[in-house]
Amino acid sequence: MQYLLLLYAEEAGWAKMTPAEQKQGEAAYGAYAAALKEAGVLAGSNRLQPISTATTVRLADGKPQVLDGPYVETKEQLGGYFLIDAPDLDAAISWAARCPGASHGVVEVRPIWAMG
Amino acid sequence: MSAPSGAGGLTARETVEAAARRSYGKLVAYLAARTRDVAAAEDALSEAFAAALADWPRNGCPANPEAWLLTVARRKVIDTGRRRETTSERLEAMAQELDAAGLGRQIPDQRLALLFACAHPAIDAAVRAPLMLQVVLGLDAKRIASAFLMSPAAMSKRLVRAKEKIREAGIPFRVPERAELGGRLDTVLDAIYAAFAEGWSDGAGTDVFRRDLAEEAIFLGRVVTELLPDQAEALGLLALMLHAEARRAARRNPAGEYVPLAQQDPALWNLPMIDAAETLLLRASALRSIGRYQLEAAIQSAHVARCRTGRANWVELVALYDALLAISGSPVVAINRALAVAELHGAAAGLAAMEAVAHDPRFAGYQPYWAARAELLSRAGPPDEARHAYDVAIGLERDEPVRRFLQQRQAELGD
Repeated sequence: MQYLLLLYAEEAGWAKMTPAEQKQGEAAYGAYAAALKEAGVLAGSNRLQPISTATTVRLADGKPQVLDGPYVETKEQLGGYFLIDAPDLDAAISWAARCPGASHGVVEVRPIWAMG
Repeated sequence: MSAPSGAGGLTARETVEAAARRSYGKLVAYLAARTRDVAAAEDALSEAFAAALADWPRNGCPANPEAWLLTVARRKVIDTGRRRETTSERLEAMAQELDAAGLGRQIPDQRLALLFACAHPAIDAAVRAPLMLQVVLGLDAKRIASAFLMSPAAMSKRLVRAKEKIREAGIPFRVPERAELGGRLDTVLDAIYAAFAEGWSDGAGTDVFRRDLAEEAIFLGRVVTELLPDQAEALGLLALMLHAEARRAARRNPAGEYVPLAQQDPALWNLPMIDAAETLLLRASALRSIGRYQLEAAIQSAHVARCRTGRANWVELVALYDALLAISGSPVVAINRALAVAELHGAAAGLAAMEAVAHDPRFAGYQPYWAARAELLSRAGPPDEARHAYDVAIGLERDEPVRRFLQQRQAELGD
């Protein structure tokens, strides 16, 4: 099965870190991706630009409505994801627990809805 | 359940909590052994504890809290039994027995039988440790789920299913006969150790529940050694857990950074606990029945002796690992053995020893393998391979301070 690990954390936390800490943080994510690859479970991953770059779009009465900013303002923001192959939820949770994001934020584990 | 107010109420509440801690497993064991219905026994007891919280602050604590709780719980169990239409004859016998027990007679301690039921071979191995923690110690499913990295819903479901299995399949509540005791005891000890390992994985000891879990496992280890004092492996397991627990405070420096064993300050170790472990190990070896847990405890003991005296004892350690490997055949043991070999004959020899088991597919996601490999490669291997091994070891690590420690080691490799 595939699971999406959604990483939520306070964006402000990143800005407050020293360059050395940021480098260490990035390296931890690099190492995490290397471990996922080594175990053959990594299906995809990306880091997202800050929510200040977000735009939301919807059609209201058939007319596009475009707004600056994210869909919901929250204390913690979606900052990236890992898409993994895992045999079951327990395995996905154990990968989520190893994700650096679980130490400085929250990792939401969502099974992918398999299509037809 | 609301908290009683006032100083007197607090004392009563503390008495209830102390009774829960001391008596929970004993009472569940006593009630469930007669009905094989663990869930009903737990429900009955939780009602009894709720009743105690309401009654004791008002009317004072009873002279025999255990008997009081049993009397209340028994009514509920019998009601449940009637609804389930258990044959009335058995029920009457049980009611009489429970009455007799409730009148102040010593309640027999059947926790051991309960432990054997929880770790029965017919119960899924993965749920044995959680089941023990819930049934014998009364921990709730939500907290057990977090400790074992499972969703609370899935954990509850598994626990319910396991209890149904005990009832429906007629899993007996008894200590096995001597002939099969050894093998069955192993499953009990393994489940206790699994609980301890989960508790131990919180290096900083900041996660109160995880730390408690290690203490609860030690508590269970003590229960087994008290009730089966001549089982060498039970003594060995308790010695092993005490050895590990004794060094907990030394595993982090004041800044919260990870401190490996070789750099730990022995002054931070709990020496009385280490002495207790050594005494247990001596008692175990006098029984002349060597086993996995005694060897693992002996290895801990040897590491401690080296750090305290500064005298290298790697020959002894490799011999202990050889013996452990012969018994367990575990690739995990082979890795620790390779690290000891590296101390004795150099990093290249250690790497060669590790190569022999490296093909095991389970190692792809096994952090200690990659950490050990990285360590040895950093001493005698291509820097690129060392760097990659560190990457995987860091990526597989759950504990942030250990991750930082490994990142630092990786940085020391240079470019």
